[in-house]
Amino acid sequence: MNCTICSLPGLDLNRLARKLRDGAKLMVGQGDYDAYVAHIRARHESAPIMTRDEFFRARENARFGAGGERAFRCC
Amino acid sequence: MAPLAWALVFALVLFSLYTLAVSRGEPVNAMWLVTAAIGTYAIGYRFYSRFIAERVLGLDARRRTPALRRNDGLDYVPTDKWVLFGHHFAAIAGAGPLVGPVLAAQMGYLPGTLWLLTGVIFAGAVQDFLILFISTRRDGRSLGDLIKTEMGRVPGVIAMFGILTIMIILLAVLALVVVKALADSPWGAFTVFATLPIAVFMGVYGRYLRPGRIGEMSAIGFVLLLLSIAFGRTVSESALLAPLFTFKGETLAFMLIGYGFVASVLPVWLLLAPRDYLSTFLKIGTILSLALGIFIVWPDLKMPSISRFIDGTGPVFAGSVFPFLFITIACGAVSGFHALVSSGTTPKMIGDETQTRFIGYGAMLMESFVAVMALIAASVLEPGVYFAMNSAPALIGGTPDAAAAAISSWGFAVTPETLSGVAAEVGEKTILSRTGGAPTLAVGMAHILSSAVGGSAMRSFWYHFAILFEALFILTTIDAGTRVARFMIQDLFGAFFPAFGNTRAWAPNLAATAIAVSGWGYFLYQGVIDPLGGINTLWPLFGIANQMLAAIALTLCVVVLYRMKRERYAFVAIAPTAWLYICTLTAAFEKIFHDDPRIGFLAHARKFAAAADKEQLLAPAKTLAEMQRVIFNDYVDATLCAIYVTLVLAMLGFAIRAIRAARAAEHVTTRETEDELHDLQPARA
Repeated sequence: MNCTICSLPGLDLNRLARKLRDGAKLMVGQGDYDAYVAHIRARHESAPIMTRDEFFRARENARFGAGGERAFRCC
Repeated sequence: MAPLAWALVFALVLFSLYTLAVSRGEPVNAMWLVTAAIGTYAIGYRFYSRFIAERVLGLDARRRTPALRRNDGLDYVPTDKWVLFGHHFAAIAGAGPLVGPVLAAQMGYLPGTLWLLTGVIFAGAVQDFLILFISTRRDGRSLGDLIKTEMGRVPGVIAMFGILTIMIILLAVLALVVVKALADSPWGAFTVFATLPIAVFMGVYGRYLRPGRIGEMSAIGFVLLLLSIAFGRTVSESALLAPLFTFKGETLAFMLIGYGFVASVLPVWLLLAPRDYLSTFLKIGTILSLALGIFIVWPDLKMPSISRFIDGTGPVFAGSVFPFLFITIACGAVSGFHALVSSGTTPKMIGDETQTRFIGYGAMLMESFVAVMALIAASVLEPGVYFAMNSAPALIGGTPDAAAAAISSWGFAVTPETLSGVAAEVGEKTILSRTGGAPTLAVGMAHILSSAVGGSAMRSFWYHFAILFEALFILTTIDAGTRVARFMIQDLFGAFFPAFGNTRAWAPNLAATAIAVSGWGYFLYQGVIDPLGGINTLWPLFGIANQMLAAIALTLCVVVLYRMKRERYAFVAIAPTAWLYICTLTAAFEKIFHDDPRIGFLAHARKFAAAADKEQLLAPAKTLAEMQRVIFNDYVDATLCAIYVTLVLAMLGFAIRAIRAARAAEHVTTRETEDELHDLQPARA
């Protein structure tokens, strides 16, 4: 990781990779699990937290479930 | 410095358009089209969208968005603007911007280019941006809901009903595109069929073997897809296997109808979701590679800038430039469906309302660029090849000799050898009358991509890759769309029969799915047996429906601007709304009443009725009973057009009432979500 491009100021490859990964996941309706956990911990301390797998399934069902406007895609 | 740079960009755009317009006879490089497009987008984004953001809407970064106010870690989550841009773009990009411009290329590339660029700047991107803004200020509510609260209950129900009928036509026409692409093509049919077991395998993998690993399962699925394309060649060359995957259009239509039914009632993780992953990533990947291909190859546009078919006599779709070019291009310039996406998940994830400009306006510019690339892909073909692929057998006959003679007589010289040669190159028996846009786009993409990677030896691979890519995401729209239509039907009828609205009970689920499937299946079958190709009839219906939905969405924007007491700036929404009303109403009236049976449904019905009276048969009918069915279908299509006209005229009436009420009121009457924090501070000037 010592090449010139990687050490250019303002270019953070880890951040870029994370954004690309998050972006790809959100395109298919999968939100950020870590943000979800952080949110529940911060706001609803006593609430149960879904595991990563449960979160995945819940999002999958939400995308195609009743009132399924989430799965609306264009022509 | 900056003003000078922008003046330079403007000059470059004008010069590019000039170069595109004046070339007579010799091919122009695609570079000029790309330059004109990107320059126009830059100017539009920098100046017009900024004007809308700052002056018209007064976007306020301090105002709390639904994502902040209702953050639940699930649906309402403040999200990075680049990540959200990707999400929004993936939701709005589909087959529409790819197919429309390919069909519009029959008039030459210039009319299409001009509408794509003006349309997106002043109509399409404005609609997406305004609806996203309106929904973000109202808890991320949906279009139907917004119309209900801003305009009243009746317009709300009308809009919901409109959305449902538009959905049905959309699914029918997209299914028809797939049928046209796969009929009599064992290679194509095999690869598309192979996606079913691949998706099921991915589903099981992601559910039980490695739960939630989307990246892994998509990578495995992608490799399997490539293998199935490679093996498809073997299938198409095998005397034993090829007949198993050679289907007539009618058979494919019934298979698709069955598929739509099954896929939308199965558990989503098994088929629907994994297909969605595969098709979404493939779609984004292919769009990026096409852009890369064009930037590497810089192909010449062989299509004339303006063809003789601007007079409305073209074989691809009937009707003159106005209104039918604007109906045909649809999604790349302005698409009503985007209003559903912009009032769907995106507004619930915006962390700062000033980002609605980048996401709403920006993503639509990118969609328009996809349409420009499709136009380029269609225009790099020899015009003779383009017309051979997009004209119905009734016009050009079924053999290369007959087709070459017919097309050459239209003034587009082409030899039978060229037509057979192109077919052989892409690994198909024939390319004649492969209407629907998808195969044409695939040949154009194969031309561009094989010039970049692999040479002509790879052309047949790229062709089938492109076919697979289009079929895959169209099928994903069909199964997910059928499911959405089912929920809408249950919602609509559930108001009258509560038991029917129970989405967890099997009987109403199956019944609503059957209604949805037979709705689009009816129009699909009608299109498949049409001797003029079906696209001819259905695409304009879809275009009218889609543009009318845009008119309805923009009408809401006008009303909201009046209720915000921003009528000074309401013209940004009034201008595109008025244009869409003029275009769609003219087109709908012509589709119903035009004297030319190629355009007017009633004229077509009269022609068949007159023949039936004399006991004559006209193709495709083979019996008098079939003649009656053709006539009946014409009346169904005419009625559908009439319903659309009634819907938008009713919306116009409700809008005028709402605007008068808003003008009479002394205060802001719009119903935005209260923002306590915001109300304590004076608004920014």
